[in-house]
Amino acid sequence: MTLLNFEMKRMRTSLIVWTAAIALLIMVCLIIFPDMEDQVDELNAAFSSMGGFTAAFGMDRLNFGELMGFYGLECGNILGIGGAFFAAYIGVTALSDEEKNHTAEFLFSHPVSRRRIITEKLVRIMLQILILNAVCILTALASAAVIGEEFRIEEFLLLHLAYLLLQAETASICFCISAFLRRSGIGIGLGLAAILYFLNIIANITEAAQWLKYITPFGYAEAADIITNSRIDPVPAAIGGAVTLAGIAAAFFKYCSKDIY
Amino acid sequence: MDIITTNRLTKSYGKKRGIIDLDLSVREGEFYGFIGPNGAGKSTTIRLLLGLMRPSSGTISVMNMDLQKHRGKILENIGYIPSEAMFYPGSTVGEILRLSAGLRRRDCRAESRRLCERLRLDPGQKTEELSLGNRKKAAIICALQHRPRLYVFDEPTSGLDPLIQKEFFEILRERRAEGATIFLSSHVLSEVQRYCSRAAIIREGRLAACGDIRDLARTSAKRIILSLLEDNGSLLRLLKDHNGQTGKKDAHGTGPEIRDLQNAGNTLSFLYQGNMKELIRLLSRADFTDITITEPDLNEIFMHFYN
Repeated sequence: MTLLNFEMKRMRTSLIVWTAAIALLIMVCLIIFPDMEDQVDELNAAFSSMGGFTAAFGMDRLNFGELMGFYGLECGNILGIGGAFFAAYIGVTALSDEEKNHTAEFLFSHPVSRRRIITEKLVRIMLQILILNAVCILTALASAAVIGEEFRIEEFLLLHLAYLLLQAETASICFCISAFLRRSGIGIGLGLAAILYFLNIIANITEAAQWLKYITPFGYAEAADIITNSRIDPVPAAIGGAVTLAGIAAAFFKYCSKDIY
Repeated sequence: MDIITTNRLTKSYGKKRGIIDLDLSVREGEFYGFIGPNGAGKSTTIRLLLGLMRPSSGTISVMNMDLQKHRGKILENIGYIPSEAMFYPGSTVGEILRLSAGLRRRDCRAESRRLCERLRLDPGQKTEELSLGNRKKAAIICALQHRPRLYVFDEPTSGLDPLIQKEFFEILRERRAEGATIFLSSHVLSEVQRYCSRAAIIREGRLAACGDIRDLARTSAKRIILSLLEDNGSLLRLLKDHNGQTGKKDAHGTGPEIRDLQNAGNTLSFLYQGNMKELIRLLSRADFTDITITEPDLNEIFMHFYN
């Protein structure tokens, strides 16, 4: 656990900044919810007349006047995009930064197996994702209490579980990419997260592109689907789980046999 | 007993050469030098010895264990200083030293404190604020604090000031007295000549020579220094003509030759390898007031005969 403790400590600042930024935005959104509630009729009318744009963000199925609908739309997008970017960032830098910053020679000349190093780095990534999500959940619950509202707890937890899976999948794909790189992969990681987000928007707009929901993790983390059906679509979620495991396995396979220089 | 043995060790990077059929044997307890120009394959060899890379072919045995099978156990007893010592930004030297000790599951606090004092390194300094010399000191302490049996150093003194270099070699002398083996890759040949008992010279990925330092330095080559009275043009012509004409091979398989001809005022200096009688006969036709014949140092030998 030496490396895990060291990395958690070394990367605490970036974790605090990302977590604080996302949690703060969630809090601000929830604090202004009572004001939005008063204008719900006008907002719903405005959103329903926006055509494809309404469907793209699931606004045709969510009620902006309800806390859960509002949370799914506003806060869901904040945590969805912010969390995916964070997961992509920590995943894609985990292994490649060792070679990019020339610290690999230092680390791998110690009597620790590569398998152990990869495992501890992976545990660190998942731990950071868990911490970010836990803080966001607590912030949302506390903010809701402050404005005197309550979430429908089942949908709320399902939504956050989906975001957790989304971030784990994004992180594992980027972790796998990181195992193949010798230089910074931040651009690739953040670009990939953005592409996955837009693939879901395209799937929401066009019926013909519905299959994209099975490719992007944003497909099973679609707030409108989860809140409307009170469940996470099991097929894309299972595909996401398989991709997560495959990404981790590929990272182990590649990095355990990689020449370090 | 050999502590490092490589057998026909080869590493290629696709079409690029790494090292080819390298046979090394380093005995336990010796101070072994590893010399070669940039790109010769020194760092590749070291990375292979540490298991950072897999060989294309050949075998590596360290401490009588196969490196591929017992890498973890071998690394427990190795201290390594990379040529380019880099550490994690945002950490202090103390944190890096504790990380290194923790990864070895050792408590090295007392030894680490002693080494920091001897090498004058502040463990509270941030790694991104470290100068090249201080980064090197941190790498030295990481490699020394767990008192391993084998030290592998890749250009360990680059960036260190002369006082710290002296202290570093003093520490190594103490460690060697305790039975440790030191494998030192260096460009500083005087360093290798001063401290190493044996050395290997690598050139273009192949072993060019290896053996006792005194034997390596004891080629038939001599440094000849002539003090002249006046114009040395005729002597220069004589030497150059001689170089062009000679073709007979001596015991070392090379023809008599004059290298590194330096002409400074009334002093003429060159390296001569070949039959000394022939040289004396040649010089008898020239005017000079004094002649000095010395053994060339390893640097000269390396530059002019192995490079």
